[in-house]
Amino acid sequence: MELIRIADVQKTYKNGVVALYDFNLSIKKGEFVFIIGASGSGKSTLIKMLYRAEKPEKGSIIIGGINVAKLKDRKVYILRRKIGVVFQDFKLLPKLTVFENVAFAMEVFGCDKNEIQKRVMQVLDLVGLKHKVRQYPNQLSGGEQQRVVIARAIVNKPKLLICDEPTGNLDPDTSMEIMKVLDNINRMGTTVIMATHDRDIVNRMQKRVIVIEEGKLVKDYERGQYYHESIKNY
Amino acid sequence: MKALRTIKRYFRDAIKGVVRNFSLSLASISCITITLVVVATSIIISYNVENFAESIRQDVTIVIFLDSDATEEDRDRIEQSIRNTGNVESLIFKSKQESAEEAKNENEIFSTIVDGWTDDTNPLLDSFMLKVKDVEKIKQNAEDIKKLDKVNNVNYGEDIVDQLITVFKVVEKIAIGAVIALIIVTAFLISNTIKLAIFSRRTEIEIMRLVGASNISIKVPFILEGLFLGIIGSIIPIIIMIYGYISLYDFFDGKLFSSSLAELIEPYPFVYLASLLLLGIGMLVGMFGSWRAVRKYLKA
Ligand SMILES: Nc1ncnc2c1ncn2[C@@H]1O[C@H](COP(=O)(O)OP(=O)(O)OP(=O)(O)O)[C@@H](O)[C@H]1O
Ligand SMILES: [Mg+2]
Repeated sequence: MELIRIADVQKTYKNGVVALYDFNLSIKKGEFVFIIGASGSGKSTLIKMLYRAEKPEKGSIIIGGINVAKLKDRKVYILRRKIGVVFQDFKLLPKLTVFENVAFAMEVFGCDKNEIQKRVMQVLDLVGLKHKVRQYPNQLSGGEQQRVVIARAIVNKPKLLICDEPTGNLDPDTSMEIMKVLDNINRMGTTVIMATHDRDIVNRMQKRVIVIEEGKLVKDYERGQYYHESIKNY
Repeated sequence: MKALRTIKRYFRDAIKGVVRNFSLSLASISCITITLVVVATSIIISYNVENFAESIRQDVTIVIFLDSDATEEDRDRIEQSIRNTGNVESLIFKSKQESAEEAKNENEIFSTIVDGWTDDTNPLLDSFMLKVKDVEKIKQNAEDIKKLDKVNNVNYGEDIVDQLITVFKVVEKIAIGAVIALIIVTAFLISNTIKLAIFSRRTEIEIMRLVGASNISIKVPFILEGLFLGIIGSIIPIIIMIYGYISLYDFFDGKLFSSSLAELIEPYPFVYLASLLLLGIGMLVGMFGSWRAVRKYLKA
């Protein structure tokens, strides 16, 4: 079943830069999709439009029945509740513990204390941080901090997880750990979209791969196809 | 249950906000306090002035003397003209005989003199006693009536009434001006306090937005914070107002210059109503200030 349909999208920034154009893409429920491309090709722009941090001036972006391109500002929260977002910079609250940082995303909705306790421990277990619940962010490694962010992004059970270079600041081994976590989340049914520079990761994961060049989608590799061609290309 | 927890979170966040930026909160609270003390003083003054004015209004009488040769028709015509001004609270005719009677009862010397008068030798004049509805038009009314045929003279406490009205008006204007200026300054300060509160929590707000908190749920705690500043700021003025006014009232025994025209307003329920008004102004100013900041810095 289709989760995302992007049709004829064009995005021009205020300064006149056309970051994306003639953009069409369809993503099914449960897929794991990499978005790759050179720096400045428009990966982050695409990601930002998916969670409605930016709006295209043309085309439609339908996510789970919502036309994100037309979504009014005051209704953006409805979309955000269905989506988890992970960035390269971690955006954790330094004065809250690991547990509190994750719980924060649930408290915002007035969830019950027991429910929060149970669910937060569950996701922290999933990302492998059950033993660090009382630590503060500055007592964690980069990889651990990113796992807290992932835990926070999925704690409200989003249908879609979008990540913009989640491994951007991490060394290869740590990056692979993060990828395992994301793969697990994907296997449990969440659709994952990830923008990255890291070809090594993309090669190893063997997922669907979308290549953007100068704002245009130029290649769409089915899962398992990317590795072979990439040897020729790069 | 969920709604209740959400409301609890709003309140907790708002209180945290007041405490977190305490020095700035304190500045806002002090400003509200000062403003409301001035407001309280103005309320007390203007209500009492209003009260005095009312007493004067009810007491000011225009006395209209008719010419000695005025006939009964003249009298009716003049009465009709006076009523036609539309500013008549009460109008009483007093014949010269009645005036003589009154004078007689006032003291014994008068009594013997008056006894010597007959209707023809009575030197007094027939008169109308007019009480007006709107004391501010009294001057105009008096002048108009004076021009009527067979009106001998028109009398009222011109100077005192005119002066009092002018003074009251000036006092009222100054008070209103001061209060408006103070309210603007206060709202500005609160707005600034809330702006800082918003900035100090911007990562938190960003995360809330990302995980899908609605705009309202992000804004409400900050609005509440302004509201709390307003409420806290109105505590001292309310106390000052209640105890201050009651002591003032007791000290003067309820009237100024021992005059029945200058009676102070009874403390109860006046102080309670005025306290409610102060609280209301404090809350409004607080919310207005924070609403401004929220509108400007928490756009969707
Ligand atoms: N807020 C903005 N205002 C103006 N131009 C922007 C803005 N954000 C991005 N751009 C431009 O849009 C183009 C695409 O940028 P984008 O951030 O999407 O690239 P990217 O593929 O994510 O690059 P990187 O791999 O370096 O993160 C670039 O030319 C960039 O300069
Ligand atoms: Mg980018």
